[in-house]
Amino acid sequence: MFWKKQFPLVIVFVMGVVMAVQYFIPHSASEFVYDNYLKWGITIGIFGHILGYFSFFRVHVMKVKKKTPNWGYSLLAIFCAIGMIIVAALDGRGTGGYYMNIYLYTSAAINATVFSLLAFYISSAAYRAFRARSVQAVALLLAAIIVMLGRVPIGNYVSVWTAIGLPSTYDISQWILNVPNMAAKRAIALGVGLGSLLMTLKLILGIERTYLGNQ
Amino acid sequence: MHISTNPWVWIAFFFTLSVYTFLWKDNFLYKIAEHVTVGVGMGFWIVLWWDQTVVGQFWIPLSTNFGTNFHLIVPAIMGLMMVTRIIPKYAWMSRYALGFTIGAGAGFALPRVIQGGILQQLYATLLPIDFSSTGLGYNLIIIIGVLSSLIYFFFSKEHKGVFGGIANIGIWFLMVGFGATFGYTVMARLSLFIGRVLFVLGDFFGMQLF
Repeated sequence: MFWKKQFPLVIVFVMGVVMAVQYFIPHSASEFVYDNYLKWGITIGIFGHILGYFSFFRVHVMKVKKKTPNWGYSLLAIFCAIGMIIVAALDGRGTGGYYMNIYLYTSAAINATVFSLLAFYISSAAYRAFRARSVQAVALLLAAIIVMLGRVPIGNYVSVWTAIGLPSTYDISQWILNVPNMAAKRAIALGVGLGSLLMTLKLILGIERTYLGNQ
Repeated sequence: MHISTNPWVWIAFFFTLSVYTFLWKDNFLYKIAEHVTVGVGMGFWIVLWWDQTVVGQFWIPLSTNFGTNFHLIVPAIMGLMMVTRIIPKYAWMSRYALGFTIGAGAGFALPRVIQGGILQQLYATLLPIDFSSTGLGYNLIIIIGVLSSLIYFFFSKEHKGVFGGIANIGIWFLMVGFGATFGYTVMARLSLFIGRVLFVLGDFFGMQLF
């Protein structure tokens, strides 16, 4: 039982303390620990990737095997993944080759299009937010509109009030970004920092142990 | 205007339109594009992982200079133990590798989180208030914004009375902050959309746009 449950917690505690203390010791031995931690982390990561790839193939192979609805798409995903490996092995990985071209003209193009698709959905989200009709929702949208106008040339064209000495949309957007936005982001960053600090302490002290699994 | 004769451009054009069909509804063209990008992406990263990490970071250092890099065998054994997660009977062995990674990662992050995530933010906030023509007291607004936003996130006390009023000010700062982030996100997505439109009109249809 000790080797299965307690010993991993001992490893976590020892490694946590060693790496935390290492930060405060300006010595070559400390740098040695840091350098090797990076190398060891990369090496362990190699095998972590294997788990990820195994998971991908297992999920899709099981779908094909059980003939679940839409299993044909899983077959397509497996074919594409194995196809890329074969193409890389036969044709090489250089720019202009099949391997890079397949990636650039399929995956990269699809990813860019999927993200651009969000332009439509984010517009409808803005419409729904505006329909909330709360003053704070209006503040959110006004800030968004001013920031957007401040980033494009049309923002300066519509800033006709600059003739009487008032700030342009660019100036207002800069102020929003540098003052109220900065305050909100700092508060969030402080919250995230405190949360991360507590989580690292919980991990090192063995209070948080969900990563051990249920077995 | 002349349509491209490059088959790669045709492929990218097909997938671009396939993804946009999702605006109508989820359909088989979108699903094809979705699974192609997952499969191709997976294959692409497996090859990169093999070339750059397995061969570049592990095999070459070990095979060319075993004397100084022999210690890499220890994390390799731990990595193999991590893979035992696939076999339920031996899955407990993966905890050693996980313990090393999580423990070292937590210890590595601990002082850096304090330094970068907490102290740097406090240093940048707690500055003397400058009411001159250049400062305009903006730092006072930032201090009020940070404190009120933090109070908003403090849920151990009910948001009532003075405390609730300060939390309400925090909501205003947060809404403006989210609005600015929202604006930036919209701009980024629109620039991606413009990129795809330029690809379709310029690369595929061969239109001279500029």
